[in-house]
Amino acid sequence: MTNIQAGTGAAVAAAPVSADVPAIELDSVVKEYVSHGEVVPAVKGVSLSIAEGEFFSLLGPSGCGKTTTMRMIAGFEEPTRGTVRLRGEDVTNVPPNKRDVNMVFQSYALFPHMSVWENVAFGLRRKKVPGDEIKRRVGDILEVVDLVGREKRRPKEMSGGQQQRVALARALVNRPRALLLDEPLGALDLKLRQAMQIELKRIQRDVGITFVYVTHDQGEALTMSDRIAVMNDGLVEQLADPREIYERPATKFVAGFIGTSNLLSGTVQHVTGATAVLALGPSDRIVIPADGTASTGDAVDLTVRPEKITISTEQPVGDLSIVRGTVAEVVYLGTSNSYTVVLADGADITVFQQNAHDSTITAGRGDTVWLSWQPRHSYALR
Amino acid sequence: MTTRGRAAGRRPLLAGRGLQIYTWLVIAWLVAPIAVMVLFGFNDTQGRYNTSWQGFTLKWYGKLFEIGDLTEALVNSLLIALLTMVIAGVLGSLIGLALGRYRFRGSGTTNVVMFAAISCAEIVMGASLLSLFVTLAVPLGFWTIVISHVMFSISFVAVTVRARVMTLDRSLEEAARDLGAGTWTTFRLVTLPMIFPGVLAGSMLAFALSIDDFVITNFNAGGTVTFPLWIWGSTRVGIPPQVNIMGTLIFAAGVSIAVINALMARRRS
Repeated sequence: MTNIQAGTGAAVAAAPVSADVPAIELDSVVKEYVSHGEVVPAVKGVSLSIAEGEFFSLLGPSGCGKTTTMRMIAGFEEPTRGTVRLRGEDVTNVPPNKRDVNMVFQSYALFPHMSVWENVAFGLRRKKVPGDEIKRRVGDILEVVDLVGREKRRPKEMSGGQQQRVALARALVNRPRALLLDEPLGALDLKLRQAMQIELKRIQRDVGITFVYVTHDQGEALTMSDRIAVMNDGLVEQLADPREIYERPATKFVAGFIGTSNLLSGTVQHVTGATAVLALGPSDRIVIPADGTASTGDAVDLTVRPEKITISTEQPVGDLSIVRGTVAEVVYLGTSNSYTVVLADGADITVFQQNAHDSTITAGRGDTVWLSWQPRHSYALR
Repeated sequence: MTTRGRAAGRRPLLAGRGLQIYTWLVIAWLVAPIAVMVLFGFNDTQGRYNTSWQGFTLKWYGKLFEIGDLTEALVNSLLIALLTMVIAGVLGSLIGLALGRYRFRGSGTTNVVMFAAISCAEIVMGASLLSLFVTLAVPLGFWTIVISHVMFSISFVAVTVRARVMTLDRSLEEAARDLGAGTWTTFRLVTLPMIFPGVLAGSMLAFALSIDDFVITNFNAGGTVTFPLWIWGSTRVGIPPQVNIMGTLIFAAGVSIAVINALMARRRS
């Protein structure tokens, strides 16, 4: 495997920085636009700290401010308020051509009048890197992205996946402090997208550069990221690693946006030590971990993932959360069965049951069933 | 219906032949004046009037530059057209770039003014330009012609370039900036090459509009004589065959550029 960090280029010779200085820091960054005399906030106050060598994703629906946030890191947008720091250095008002970060654009933005080689060499030429070093570094990076032999092609003579890799090479060849990727796989078909996800992760490990990845695709973010910031309406809803984002969504929004979630609401009946007991209907009992602030009578929203729930036709015993409902739909999905169960209060609950044994479908439409799960699998949402 | 013999294939054949004849008629219509111009450059005319065919000769090609003021008029026209091409090309491209790229105070008005200049009757524009120059006491001559020509051709360049700019992906320029290019380098290496076909087309249009303009030039020329003005002046005394030759050469140059352009476009694709 080619190691593009090897070499004597000026970009490598930058002063060593202690590992605890974050690669990228956003400090209460706000971006407002003025449209028809009205102030429209795009980013309402984001503070992030991205570590050196991290694969960091900004995940959220369109219009959530993730692209604007990235463009402020790249320098294409100036924050209305707040500070952007690269390796501790304030770059809030530094233009993009003076920032040591590079971007992979959603449209790739390859220069159509230049060959692949010229596209990739563009950044090094601007930095006045000597000719023989440019040759070597462009050659090396084209090897990393598997495009050797296509140097003379024009971008439009290449497939979408190849163009994508040219865009990646063009940014990486500069050995930036961080690589910013704006939905780079959006234009590719599903198969290629999945292949490129693995490829991107491999390249990131090889080159050891900090990646900031903007996407609205939760699967993509969960697969590749070290950490994810889930954004909504100009704010970060939750910042955590993929496992925690999935297992312990902090807010209603995150629970609904990532994967399939069951949202329930109930009232606290009593608090016993570290657990709170909630009531939904007469025969229901939900136990959740209490953080000490819950008190009797509080209304609480909570979530539980479909695969954590056990479905049974007899009342389960033990210290479980238990609710009763009626099966409204059963769908056979191959690796699992999906049940839709309607509770007494009208809430729909989705349950996935693995086809682990030669288990047949437990219950049919119209049957009354008990749903149960471990208390630690559900918790209150903000 | 059947008696008419609507056999398959017959109608397309007739339609095809009809279309062929029609096409050749249109081509003949378009080419005839040019053919006459070229042909009468080879006319062995004896009198002052080059209006009837009197035999083939190449002698006028040898005497092409023997009429001093005609040569001077042609040189004037070429100089004015070149200046117009460059000035209108640069200024028009900048206007086109601004209009295609940014929304700014007055951009709407500028758009309207551009189209107003294109749609305004030439004779009215010529007359009002004359009033303007006289009011401002600008001496008429070579430079007032250049100013007028730049003025009426700049809109064509701006409109052509604007159309090109609007198809441009903005992220291309952002990518250049991101890779370390400053504003000027970005323009030179990315924006200009991308809009160049539009700039070239607009500039050549300006050249073509300038070199054969008569109406506006006639108002604002003062003592300066251009090629079209000289021909107009000589109609009463007879147009010499040299005019046909010069016209032929200008035409040939235009056709060559068009052919080269077509060949280059074919090679690119």
